[in-house]
Formats: sequence, C-alpha cells, structure tokens
Amino acid sequence: MSQGLVTMSYIAASILFILSLSGLSQQETSRRGNYYGMLGMAIAILATILGGHVTAYPILAGALLIGGMIGSYAAFRVEMTQMPELVALMHSLVGMAAVLVGYASFMDHSIILSGVEETIHELEIYIGIFIGAVTFSGSVIAFGKLCGRISGKPVLLPGRHWLNLLMLIGTIALGQQFLVSNETGTPVFGSDLFQSTVFNGPLLALLMMTAIALIFGIHMVMAIGGADMPVVVSMLNSYSGWAAAATGFMLSNDLLIVTGALVGSSGAILSYIMCRAMNRQFLSVIAGGFGSAGSGESAEIEGEIQPIEAEETAQLLRDSKSIVIIPGYGMAVAQAQHTVNEITKLLTSQGKKVRFAIHPVAGRMPGHMNVLLAEAKVPYDIVFEMDEINADFPNVDVSIVIGANDIVNPSALDDPNSPIAGMPVLECWKSGTTIVMKRSMASGYAGVGNPLFVHENTRMLFGDANDKLLALLKALQE
Amino acid sequence: MKIGVPKEIHDGEKRVATTPEAADKIIKLGFQMCIESGAGLLANISDEAYREVGVEVLPDAKSVWQQADIIMKVRAPERHPEIATDEVELMKKGQHLISFIWPAQNENLMKRLADKQATVLAMDSVPRMSRAQKMDALSSMANIAGYRAIVEAAQHFGRFFTGQITAAGKVPPAKVLVIGAGVAGLAAIGAAKSMGAIVRAFDTRPEVKEQIESMDAEFLMLDFQEDGSGSGGYAKIMSKEFIDAEMALFARQAMEVDIIITTALIPGKPAPELITAGMVKSMKPGSVIVDLAAEQGGNCALTEKDQIVVKHDVTIIGYTNLPSRLANQSSQLYSTNLRHLLTDLCPGKDGLLNVNMDDEVIRGATVVKEGAITWPPPPPKISVSHKPLTESPAVDVKPEKNKTLFSQFLPILLAGAALFGMGAVAPHSFLEHFTVFVLACFIGYQVIWNVSASLHTPLMSVTNAISGIIVIGALLQVSTPDNLIISVLSGVAILIAAINISGGFLVTRRMLEMFRK
Repeated sequence: MSQGLVTMSYIAASILFILSLSGLSQQETSRRGNYYGMLGMAIAILATILGGHVTAYPILAGALLIGGMIGSYAAFRVEMTQMPELVALMHSLVGMAAVLVGYASFMDHSIILSGVEETIHELEIYIGIFIGAVTFSGSVIAFGKLCGRISGKPVLLPGRHWLNLLMLIGTIALGQQFLVSNETGTPVFGSDLFQSTVFNGPLLALLMMTAIALIFGIHMVMAIGGADMPVVVSMLNSYSGWAAAATGFMLSNDLLIVTGALVGSSGAILSYIMCRAMNRQFLSVIAGGFGSAGSGESAEIEGEIQPIEAEETAQLLRDSKSIVIIPGYGMAVAQAQHTVNEITKLLTSQGKKVRFAIHPVAGRMPGHMNVLLAEAKVPYDIVFEMDEINADFPNVDVSIVIGANDIVNPSALDDPNSPIAGMPVLECWKSGTTIVMKRSMASGYAGVGNPLFVHENTRMLFGDANDKLLALLKALQE
Repeated sequence: MKIGVPKEIHDGEKRVATTPEAADKIIKLGFQMCIESGAGLLANISDEAYREVGVEVLPDAKSVWQQADIIMKVRAPERHPEIATDEVELMKKGQHLISFIWPAQNENLMKRLADKQATVLAMDSVPRMSRAQKMDALSSMANIAGYRAIVEAAQHFGRFFTGQITAAGKVPPAKVLVIGAGVAGLAAIGAAKSMGAIVRAFDTRPEVKEQIESMDAEFLMLDFQEDGSGSGGYAKIMSKEFIDAEMALFARQAMEVDIIITTALIPGKPAPELITAGMVKSMKPGSVIVDLAAEQGGNCALTEKDQIVVKHDVTIIGYTNLPSRLANQSSQLYSTNLRHLLTDLCPGKDGLLNVNMDDEVIRGATVVKEGAITWPPPPPKISVSHKPLTESPAVDVKPEKNKTLFSQFLPILLAGAALFGMGAVAPHSFLEHFTVFVLACFIGYQVIWNVSASLHTPLMSVTNAISGIIVIGALLQVSTPDNLIISVLSGVAILIAAINISGGFLVTRRMLEMFRK
C-alpha cells in the first residue's frame, strides 16, 4: 500500500470518527454513529498494518487478538450499574498506552531529526508521557473510588495546592534537564551520581517525571469528592484524548492528532456541562475539596419527618394523574431500575402520566441514569432532562425521589450559605406530594442536610429502594 | 373486633357513618361490621347494599350497641327519641366510640362517657396537620357546607348567578361576597364561580390571598397591616383598629353585593359579628345571606339558628346542618375519614384497635381513654416553621463584573502572543500538525455541543474506543528493527489499546441497543 493510499485511508477514518461523534448526539442516529466509529477504526488499523512500515505481524496479530477478546469479554459481562467503573478503567488503558508509546518513541532512533525539530519532538514525547501518566493513575484512582475500594471522601492533604505547584515546577525543571541532556549527552544530576549516561541520562529524567505525573494523577483524583465524580470521569475522558493527540504529534501522525483532539474536546465539553449542572467552577472541582464554598454557617435543618409506607404510597399513586420519578445513585446501588420500570408500566396502563426527571449529575457518570433506565427498557421519550421538566413540577401530583439527595435539595436555591448554593436542582417540592425513598436519614455525598425531607409535602419511605419498590408494586397490583 | 354503626337520631340528621365502599375496606382491615337497619336510608343507601359487602344488618339500635366493640357515629351521643334512653346508657363498659364529640362544649357528656370506662375518639379533635388531613372530617364537612351554602343561596335568590344577554334583555351577573376563606369559604367560592357569579372574598389571614386568587375570585384588600393567622391554620382575634377598617369594608360591600356567605369562626369563641343589622338594611331587596357560623351565634346580627328568616327584604339562612342536606356526599366523605383513622388505629391489619397515645394524631383525637379524660391534648409539637421555599433563588445573582477593556482583551492578546511566538520559532512540519490539531478541536467542539444528555454515557464509551486509535502509534513502532524493548513496549500498548477499542465499541453498541422509544 502506498503512502498516498494510507493518507487517504486516514482521511476517511477521520471523517468517519467525526460522523460517529455527531451521530452519537441524537438517539435516532446513535447506533449508526457507533458503526461509523467501528468502520473508521477498522480502516485506520488495516491501512496502518498494510502500510509497508509494519513487519512484525506475529506480535501485532497476537496482541490485537488477545486484547480484542479481553475487551469483548468485558463489554458483554459488565453490569450496566458498573458502567462508570468500566469507563474509568478504559481511560486508564489509553493513558498507559500513551506512556508506553511515548517510551518506545523515545528509544526509537531510526528517525533522524535535527535542530528545532528534534527539540520539539523530544518535548512532544515528554508532554505525551506526562499526560498519559496522569490519565493512567488518575483513572485507576477514579476506578477505585467508583467501585468503592477507595473511600469516596475527598482526601485533602495540607497545603495540597502547594504540593501540586511543586510537582508542576519539578516537571518543568526535569523537562528542561531532559532536553539539555538529550542534546548534549550530559548527565541530569552532575557527573558524580552515576557515571554511565545510560542511567543518568535523559531516561532518568523521563522516569522521574513519569513518577511525578503518576503521583500528580493520584493526588488530583483523591482530593475530589464522590459527588464530583461525573466531572472527574468526563475530565479523564478528555485527558485520554489529549494523550492520544500528544502521541500523534510525537509520531507526526495526523490521524492520531485529529482523533485525539476530537476526543479531548468532547471530554472537555462534557466536563463543562457537568460543572455547569453543579454550579461549580471547573478549576475548583479539579483543585478538589468540597464544602469550602459557603462563607457563613448554612441554615440548620430542623423539622419533623413524616414517614410513609408502601401501601399508602400506592394509594397516593392511585389517586394521582401526573407522576414524576427522580432516580439517583441509590437506584443504581439497589439495582432497582427494573422494578421502577414495572411500576411505570403498571401506572401508565392505568392511564397515568409517568415521567422521569434526570439531573445531569445524578449518578456517578454523565448519563448514568439514562443508561440504567434504558437497560430496564424504560422508553426514552418519557425520560426528561432537568431543564425540560423543572417548570412542570407545580402540575405534578406526586414525585418519587429514589435514592437521590443533593440534586433535589432546595437549600441550593434558597440558602446562600449552603455548600451547594446556586446549583440547579430538580424542584420536586413544588409538586403535590414528594415521596423520598432513602435507606436512612444520612446526608448525601456532599454532606449537606436536606430541608426537602422535612418539607410539609414530603413523605419519607425508608428502606432499601428495591425492596420498597417491590412492595409498592405489589400494593399497586392489588 | 366488631364495629357497629347505629342510625343517627338527631333531628334532621341524614348522614350515616359508613358507606358500603368504606365498609368493604374496613372489613379488609380485619374488622367485622354491623349496622342498624335503615341507617343509610336517608342518605340513599339501602340495607341491601350493606349486606352485599358483608355488613351484618341488625334490626334495632340496641342490638348494635350491644354487639359492637366499636361504635362509629356522626353526631355525639344524645337521648334516643324512640327508646327514650340516652345513647350513653346503651354503651357497654370499655366500649370504643368514634364520632363528633365537641368536648369543649359537652363537658357533661365527657364525664358520662368516662364513667362508662369508654375510649372515645372525637373526629372534631383530629389535629390539623398534613398527615391527618385524610381523616380531617371538619374539613370534608366544611367543604360540603360551603358548596351547599351556595346552593341554598341560589334557591332563595330571585335571579341568575351568571350574566346573560338574551333577546329578552340583559341579565347582570350576581355578586357574591365570601367572608372567611377557610375550607368552607373556598368551596363556596368555587361553587359560586362555577355558576357564573362575580365572587369577592375577604379573610384576615393574608396568606390565603393566593388561594382565593387561585379560585379566580377577587381578594378584597384591607389597607391595613396585621396578620390574622392563629395556630392550627385558624384565624385569631384582630385588633380594634383592624376590625373597624374591616367593618367599613363590609358596609361598603353590603350595599353592592347580592349574596353574602359568612364563614368566620375563631376556635373556642362565639362567632364574631361582622354583618350588623344596619348593613343588612342597606342591602338590595332580594339579597341573601348564608351564615355558616350560625351554630356559634352567627356572623350576622340577625341570624336565627336553624331558621330561614327574611328581614329588611333580605333572606338570612341560618342552617347548621348543611352537610346533612347533602347526605349521600357527606356520608361518603365522612366514612372515608373514619376509614383512614381506623387504618391508622389498626397498623397490623388484624382487626384489633391499638390506641397508640404516642402517635400525635391518635393522641389528639382521643378525648377519653379507658375512662380517663385525656382532653385537651398536650399542645402539639411546634412544627418548625420552614423557611418559605421561594421560587426564585435567594442566592444573589452576582452582577456582571465591570470588565475593563484591558481584562477583556487580555486573553486575546495572550493567545495572539503565543501564536506569534510559536509561529516565529516552530518549524513548518510542526505547524502543519498544529493546524490540524486546532481545527480538529473546533470540529469536536461543534459536534459535541448538541449531544443530548441521555447519550452522555454512550458518547463517553465511544470516545473511549476511538481514543484507542493510539494503537496506530504502537503499530508503527512495533516493527522497529533490532530493538526488543521497543517491540515489547509497543506490543503491550497494542494489546491494551485493542482492549479499549473492542470493549468501547461493543459496550456502546450494547447500551444503544437498550435505548428504545
């Protein structure tokens, strides 16, 4: 295959990727979009393999086959509730691949460059490895937090901003050493530490920087609270794109650059959307910590909780016409989405208007709730976004909050001292009655009390979401 | 346990304490039920209808009182006209009684009930709180009274309510003034409004303005600042100045309106006199006043309890049994209230009554417990006044910072400088790639911006798969001759990128298959 054909294939692949992403923006075209992506990827890989540079077929065939099988296995086995974990894990793989490719490129001396071009090439390697390493360790920590192996609480080291700054300065200083050492062959730390430039050469600088980047990634994600997880996941998504783009620069490969940039900007926009949904500054999420926003004491939440049982809830639902269900992370934990769908079907068949209201940051990943509801086969045209449904709440008879807390907290709107002040929330308290399903009275991830629970129109239905929903379903069927 | 429903004996009382629908559900709670023959007749419910749902029909009141463990009634016990004994005398020792009692007015009755070792729940003492709304018989009866008040008024009013323009001339709409916008007042507003009248309403509690306006009636404003909200959602006594202003308003309105419905009550006090004899005189001939406060002395000076009188050409209706005049409807609502109370009293659904004095609602309703008078209940826990949930965010909207010209242009300047610096130094080959990079970023920005929120997760997993394109880099390197390290590194990179690609695309496909309309 001539170089010209390879380039043409790359152009075709780039276009297919763009079509893939634009297809993913609408339900109707999303499946086609996914196939475009697959096709683009197949074209890109085939063109590269047949391109003439590649000779080590046994290795790559074996690696592709094994990797492909592992990936397919994971894709078919994963539970829909575990999607955030899978996504985080896959981000870490991209990061790691970027690091490996960066090192391989560093060791590859077959391409002879000189002058500024060489410096830029080295710089690209350096940056590529840095982004890749941050993505890798950050995603691994995010994965740990999402599957609960690491506590979701933000770990705030004293002086963490200074620590980050120090690491950044270290990275820049090492980068400078790396460039100098690579050009002149001088050792990084004077000549007395190691004589040989094999260890004390640019490679040492690169390894040290990788270590710093790994720590940086860990530290960054550790400091971010569980409620901010949707932002983190989409931010890491963006990083994995930038890592691919940096690799593209490193290898002078436009396809990698284009694809990386597409993914990077897509992740960045998702992060921005998530931040806006929580009324948080992107920088303050990244800087970590939560609850430092309010200046004064937030208002004490006092009042009486009014519990309710499943039977009464059923009665309430029977008497109502318009019902809105607000799912949260608790629904995912209890795996209650199928029961929710059964209830929805039953109520709809009784001529009631049942809708779902999804807050953009409900769950642990952008769009998490939509995926769960889709898994349970809830038709997506009764699932609404916050902006679409918020104005409708005064006309709603009953809203059912399933395992959500912060996204329905009225103090975000009326208590300027609340840590979540200004965050747009689902205004379910304006509906006739609000049923809140919760395991206990513990506060949400943000650690903020919720006056909704003592609101006069609110009834609390305590217990495991799935058990209670099953009881409700039974009561409704009677 | 067995629940008995005797026939009401009060003169003119047509209601009955249970309907077949309610009885059916009460039996499902595990209770047995019996009813006096003919108890529902005046509310158009036959004995047969009760029998159908499994209620035992007993021939006379005596046997009902004898057989039942729990007696459900509408009116408080009183002297039985036929068998010439008081109903309290018919009670067994330790029997339960659920009915209206009015313990404040009926001290003597309370004592006699206590002597019978009875447990008595008074429907009029159910606390006014959200949880107890479903058993609030006062509200459901007030609702009916308000509606019926308009019906009575219409009957005695010589004109249409609604305005019409006919071939035979123009008919002006009737003007209705409702004083006191509680449950009854609001029901009256609704009924009058639906008949086409012009409705005005007045209340001392400013918070009901919204409710009045939501019924499409006009709220009469008093140019005077005083909040008339008392405890438990009732009104309180107002200051003298306020009352003077109020009376002046009524005097003006009386000359104008055709129908006045008064519902002003202050708990435990005689009804305030709001419509003086002078005001009645000033009303147009043929006007109607319905005084829903007649039981407590009446809001109108000329009201006569349980009578219709015509004074100064104005019909003044002082009925106190308006709910009973809509017997079927009020029996239905009252029996549902009772059923809800029973549901709370019988949490185990085992047909056993558990008068749980720790439950605030049951505590409030229970006026006699096993012979001990437990009325009045301790003051209700002061419900925390929630901060009103305002519709608009209380958070101050930060005013746009006055951006100086400098700070506006700073980013542009910086970006320009950076591009300039790069262009001056970087080689051509880099800039080519950079061009591609920047353009791709913009394409990504344009394409992603419109993505619908429900597709965020599939979007992320597909971008994840796509970023596996990094495999290309590894593929290009894997064949570098004579360097084992590079081959191993890129081999591993290919492996994990392949996981990404296949995993990402396939899981996206799986997710998208699930989305359906």
